[in-house]
Amino acid sequence: MIENIALAVIALACLAAIFGALLGYSSIRFKVEEEPIVEELDAMLPQTQCGQCGYPGCKPYAQAIANGEDINKCPPGGDTVMRQLAERMGIDPKPLDGEEKPKLIAFIREDECIGCTKCIQACPVDAIMGATRQMHTVITDECTGCELCVAPCPTDCIDMLPIEITTQNWQWNLQRIPTKINTEL
Amino acid sequence: MSNYFLLFFGTVLVNNFVLVKFLGLCPFMGVSNKIETAVGMSFATTFVLTLTAALSYIVNNYILIPLDLIYLQTLSFILVIAVVVQFTEMVMHKTSPTLYRLLGIFLPLITTNCAILGLALLNINENHDFVESIIYGFAAGVGFSLVLVLFSSMRERLAASDIPLPFKGSAIAMITAGLMSLAFMGFTGLIK
Repeated sequence: MIENIALAVIALACLAAIFGALLGYSSIRFKVEEEPIVEELDAMLPQTQCGQCGYPGCKPYAQAIANGEDINKCPPGGDTVMRQLAERMGIDPKPLDGEEKPKLIAFIREDECIGCTKCIQACPVDAIMGATRQMHTVITDECTGCELCVAPCPTDCIDMLPIEITTQNWQWNLQRIPTKINTEL
Repeated sequence: MSNYFLLFFGTVLVNNFVLVKFLGLCPFMGVSNKIETAVGMSFATTFVLTLTAALSYIVNNYILIPLDLIYLQTLSFILVIAVVVQFTEMVMHKTSPTLYRLLGIFLPLITTNCAILGLALLNINENHDFVESIIYGFAAGVGFSLVLVLFSSMRERLAASDIPLPFKGSAIAMITAGLMSLAFMGFTGLIK
């Protein structure tokens, strides 16, 4: 009787040891080196490299999210990007950090602009148009309000102004209005 | 040779694991929302089924029967299945990270897919030899893939169609599965 039990235990232990060795070997053999989630998160971020999240760029912020940083620190990406990040990370969406402050965009006082192009080089989204010794101006649709162009300006002619709400730029929040019955199962 | 063909088509169509034997219904319902995931799940399950059939045959005939430990069948088969699934997961993580992410939790859940333990036990019940076991496992996987892909294609169309409110969602999916099962009964008698 006791031999039978011992036999069963030994047989199962041997079996488990063999399988364990197999899995151990294959975990080394099929090791996945890079962390693909960082690349994916980086692809979702708007690539403005503006630093408003407190990290030096979008890639470092993607790395930080992968390590557990909050997902709501990207004002240029706004609500859409935050929701994508939440879905990818499998966590609940959070309201955007600092949404209370009105959306600002850069405005160049054109008569004071000397055409030095320094703000053009600073702009991460190419929202400033102009050439050397020509007056510059901001493409309002492209400006993310990152304020990176303010510091380099030698004549301090760039202001951050709250965006004027018109029918063109009003956030309609169409996603929140149920326009059709959800057919997803 | 011909009896291998008979076994293969008999398992895929006549004795389909999902629609006739009602094994593996959880992934059938759970992973059939999108056809891409359904295809991925089909490949993973077929791979696991085939490998499990071979391994469980070896374990049963060369370890359990000589040592007179047949009462350990279920336990050791679960062990075999867990190892094969873990192995599949590692290989898939390496070769196809996208599929790995799409399948997510359903990949480890193949371990508890009753179709796989059912296959290992049915192989013994029906006294299959080694080659027959492998064919049976592979055919079970092909049959599972067939109905899963068909069902997910239907569900994709159902999602876009105008269904009466009481039948929306899982209800219509269940009805569809029932009708599919009825349709598969039509294959009975195809192979004696």
